[in-house]
Amino acid sequence: MTTPNMHEWLNEHSDYLYRFALARLRDPHQAEDVVQETFLAAIKSPNFAEQSAPRTWLTGILKHKIIDVMRKSVREIAVSDLMNDEDANMDEFFDEQGHWTEKPQTWDMPTDALEQKQFLGVLQTCMEKLPAKAAQLFLMRDVHETDNEEICKELNISTTNAWVMLYRARMGLRKCLEINWIGN
Amino acid sequence: MLDCKQASQIISQSLDRNLTIRERFALKLHLLICKYCKLFSRQMQILRVAIKQMSASIENNHKIEMPSEAKKRITDLVEAHSAQP
Repeated sequence: MTTPNMHEWLNEHSDYLYRFALARLRDPHQAEDVVQETFLAAIKSPNFAEQSAPRTWLTGILKHKIIDVMRKSVREIAVSDLMNDEDANMDEFFDEQGHWTEKPQTWDMPTDALEQKQFLGVLQTCMEKLPAKAAQLFLMRDVHETDNEEICKELNISTTNAWVMLYRARMGLRKCLEINWIGN
Repeated sequence: MLDCKQASQIISQSLDRNLTIRERFALKLHLLICKYCKLFSRQMQILRVAIKQMSASIENNHKIEMPSEAKKRITDLVEAHSAQP
């Protein structure tokens, strides 16, 4: 009895779950993996046949799987590279007096749908250019709104380290955006 | 007195933690006289909103489907597990 039910769920929910995961992880392979783990966890669950709102239930499982993946990948990349980041100076952005070398510009946010799509496209490209570790930390913070202290505990880093990494990620992103979107 | 380098760091950190009263005061003072850091501060807000929008646009894009190989793989795995007693 259970298999047909699960087949239905696969047909009905796998695309939705995949998009949900992709929006948060931005990596197609990782997204496939967490959906797979979600279904496997679901079928092993003794009470899965009784779920009246399977999508909500599956999404709940998926969320945990996503956070696990993020923890793992951020943990892998963090420790050695962090040290470089903490010392990294910001000379490319500021002169010796601490003034902006390239002044921030006014960003006119796109109002129509097409421009907005273009903007998000550029943002996506800029995200991909960030060092993997910075991008992951950034997503963890700004998309998941994971608490800073929790991030630091997970990564076993100081809060100062996390702030420096997030600062660098944001500075890199805004520079990329000024060059590739605002500038044209 | 903060310079722009310090101000930009505090602006970024304001997204991640509560600033101290001293920091808030120093930042306010700096933003009064520095239009570039003001612009930077606005850019940071825009970035945060845009990142969330980008996630939403992926999540709501029904053209994005899970690759069929992955679906097949998961179906097979689920079947294998269901076959077990």
